[in-house]
Amino acid sequence: MDLLAHLPALQVVVPLIGAPICALLTAPRLSQAFAVLVSLVTFAISLILLNQVLADGVIVYGMGGWQAPWGIVYVVDPLSALLLCLISGMAAIVMPAVRLGIGAETTERSRRLFLSLALLALTGMLGIVITGDAFNLYVFLEISSLSSYALVATGTDRRAVAAAFNYLVQGTIGATFILIGIGLLYMMTGTLNMADLGERIGDLRDTAPVQAALAFILIGAAVKAALFPTHAWMPNAYTYAPSMVSAFFGATATKVGAYIMIRFIFTVFGAEWVFGTMMVGWILVPLGIAAAFVGSLVAIWQTDLKRMLAYSSVAQVGYISAAIGLGNHDGLIAAIVHVFNHGLMKGALFMVMACVILRLGRADISSFRGLGRRMPVTMACFVVAGLSMIGVPLTVGFVSKWYLVLGAIEAGMWPVAVLVLMSSLLAIVYIWRVVEVAYFAPPPDAARVREAPALLLVPTLMLTVLCVAFGIATDTTVGVASYAIGFLVGEP
Amino acid sequence: MNVPLPLSWLPLIAIAVPLACVPLILLARHFPDVREGITLAGAGLLVVVVCLLAYGLSLGSVAELEIYGPIADLPLTLRVEPLGMLFALVAGFLWLVTSIYAIGYMRAHHEGNQTRFYVFFAIAIGATMGVAFAGDLITLFIFYEVLTLSTFPLVTHAQTDAARRAGRIYLGMLMGSSIGLFLVAIVITYVVAGTLDFRPGGILNGRIQPALAGLLLALYVFGIGKAAVMPMHRWLPAAMVAPTPVSALLHAVAVVKAGAFSVLKIATMIFGFDLVGSLTATTLLQAVAAFTVIAASLVALTKDNLKARLAYSTVSQLSYIVLAALIADPAAFLGGGFHIATHAFGKITLFFCAGAILVAAHKTEISQLDGLGRVMPLTFGAFLVGSFSLIGLPPFGGLWSKWMMIEGALDTQQWILVAVFATSTLLNIAYLLPIPFRAFFRPLPAGVSPRLQEAPAACLAAMAVTSGGCLVLFFMPDAIVALLAGALP
Repeated sequence: MDLLAHLPALQVVVPLIGAPICALLTAPRLSQAFAVLVSLVTFAISLILLNQVLADGVIVYGMGGWQAPWGIVYVVDPLSALLLCLISGMAAIVMPAVRLGIGAETTERSRRLFLSLALLALTGMLGIVITGDAFNLYVFLEISSLSSYALVATGTDRRAVAAAFNYLVQGTIGATFILIGIGLLYMMTGTLNMADLGERIGDLRDTAPVQAALAFILIGAAVKAALFPTHAWMPNAYTYAPSMVSAFFGATATKVGAYIMIRFIFTVFGAEWVFGTMMVGWILVPLGIAAAFVGSLVAIWQTDLKRMLAYSSVAQVGYISAAIGLGNHDGLIAAIVHVFNHGLMKGALFMVMACVILRLGRADISSFRGLGRRMPVTMACFVVAGLSMIGVPLTVGFVSKWYLVLGAIEAGMWPVAVLVLMSSLLAIVYIWRVVEVAYFAPPPDAARVREAPALLLVPTLMLTVLCVAFGIATDTTVGVASYAIGFLVGEP
Repeated sequence: MNVPLPLSWLPLIAIAVPLACVPLILLARHFPDVREGITLAGAGLLVVVVCLLAYGLSLGSVAELEIYGPIADLPLTLRVEPLGMLFALVAGFLWLVTSIYAIGYMRAHHEGNQTRFYVFFAIAIGATMGVAFAGDLITLFIFYEVLTLSTFPLVTHAQTDAARRAGRIYLGMLMGSSIGLFLVAIVITYVVAGTLDFRPGGILNGRIQPALAGLLLALYVFGIGKAAVMPMHRWLPAAMVAPTPVSALLHAVAVVKAGAFSVLKIATMIFGFDLVGSLTATTLLQAVAAFTVIAASLVALTKDNLKARLAYSTVSQLSYIVLAALIADPAAFLGGGFHIATHAFGKITLFFCAGAILVAAHKTEISQLDGLGRVMPLTFGAFLVGSFSLIGLPPFGGLWSKWMMIEGALDTQQWILVAVFATSTLLNIAYLLPIPFRAFFRPLPAGVSPRLQEAPAACLAAMAVTSGGCLVLFFMPDAIVALLAGALP
């Protein structure tokens, strides 16, 4: 049996099987080591898949040997391969730090199942990205969502429970909307395979159920992506969840929502119809720009920095949505690249919060006073990842912004280009506010604060370095993105 | 001429030399003498590298290098062209001089965090070299931003509340303008022209409607905040909170000239004289720049703080170069390019003097300088030389650059601009000369001993070199004009 041929299945099966085993391993160190091993293997599989896709094109894998339309197929195209790498890569980088990182932020009881839940969430997200079947996508969405509700609730702050409940309610509404949309599509076409859906939908596009399906799925995906104004669940969830959860989800969870949006628009409904006839661009672009301003403006006034980062995510999701809404080549590059890039920078920033909380017990702006001297490496990471958030050249943020502005101008939407850049000036304010406090204000007390331990610092540093590395070597991300677009619009 | 391989790498080496100093300076942080030795060695090496490049350019070789690019379809390129060469020569040479000065100043003034100071100074110079040798707009933009960020810790060196406020204005204005306007202009240029390369004669001519071209030119002039055209000038006086060597090299030479240089280069090598000259917007922008020249001089007159007066003088002088770029005439271009060198030498001398006065006599206000010329004759002698050069009196270099810019205004029959240059010369006299006169001719306040008490030797040496430079520039205009003329289409 050729193992390589079954990699698409293993991509999901490895963490899925890993999760219960991890729960059975009662020795904390052992289960931690096992979770790291699982995430590393998963990441390795993603990398191999990305390589295969770039070399040979799309991989279609029939689950259990059942090919479409009878069975469920896994489809790895460049877009899903890139997302697989982002998700499993984030897991692999963050996982070694989990046990140490959650020490200060979770209760003893919830710590036991934490790693299993994390692996389950990982499974769900990987599944969403890899599957070629619409209903299967919903199933994985629920797997990842349920485990993330539980993960958010592990925070010691009692408000974490309320935040998780809020997340649960809104997330379920989003998932249900997606399910309704998929149901409508199945009713009209009789298939759940996304490639088949794309073909059969041709003449049915003018029917009310298909149009309703588009609306349901887009709104559902928008809730999952936390696109303004459906972002209400996110700030609390990311603020009160343990920082490790925020780091992993901040980098991946909202991106999965954006992925669902791109996948359904391009593979199932067809971009021409969605943007041409249905004028979805006129919804996504204004909402995206509004998100960028609202998110950034609210972020400026936050004293809790995890909440600030969450609102910054609202703004960044806005850029992604606006980029999708532009509906042209450069816009889509911007969307895909920013999904990846924002994952890196937000991951790095939340990891910084994890470092700070571990040492100081909280991450509000006053605890950052004098931190430039107390935790120099951590703060250096914050500065670099923050510059990336602003979009300074030689960081990943600049690459995304460049394509977004280029796409806007090519689409003739000059105001969008100007507004995008203006809103990124707001990022200067909310990032620099922290930098000023850390480097200019004296420490609040005389207590000696040590630099974060290597186990947390190394992942933070790795993500920060990647923020710069992918800002310089862009042919990896931009190259994969434009290759992916070839498959999405059907002209490989 | 065929370029031998090592020569084509020289522009990159010019950027790498200061950056390579960074880890070495950090390693030597506990040994101040070794640390400063590394800065001096790096600066010396940089002078050699830029001289080699200038020599290569004078032989007619064009060092060109494609380095890896962050934007997939836009490779980063470095290309040595005359204007950038002149800028790099000035900045490289003055880094060496300023390093000598800084050693004297920082130690005499007991500044803290000196390692950080030298590290970011080196990064800023590396970025300046990048700006000078950028072969296309995106490369220029990247180094321009690196220059902003690397100078932020220098501006806020004191880490006081005043420094924090100044840093806010500095970063906010420079980054706000560059991301909000400059970057927009670059993207528009890319969409219109399909390329961002600097080419003699420009890349936009014939491809763009006049209205859009006018808007674009305005975006560049205001977006390049470092050129400090009003109302984008506020950051420059704010930056004066920095230690004097920073004000001297970065805020009289490297950073501000990076702005003026970019405007000049964009006017000639993105727009081209013909296009700039034909736009209505040019007249409006000329009016803004002319207003800046006069208004900043008037503000300078009102400032009693020496560094603040010098800062507003810089704002005014930078707009000379912007005006030269907007006159869009070969003579004005030569004058504007030349002015990068003459103003650099003149103004850095004045800042060196201001720092020397602070270190030796602990005076910051002009009204406190009465009679100080007898205590610090060398310093005020150098101040007089710098002032004369800035005013444009012979035998100092400032004469030529002003001459050529006025010639350009005459060529294009823009009489009002001629009047602006003339008026501002009078204002230069009014705000600069009272300072040395007060020092030399007013009596010392009662109770102050007229004992000679000069600045540290390292500071004096640096002042001697730069004021000597003002003199040398007077006698070698041909060499610089010949160099710059290579840039004319």
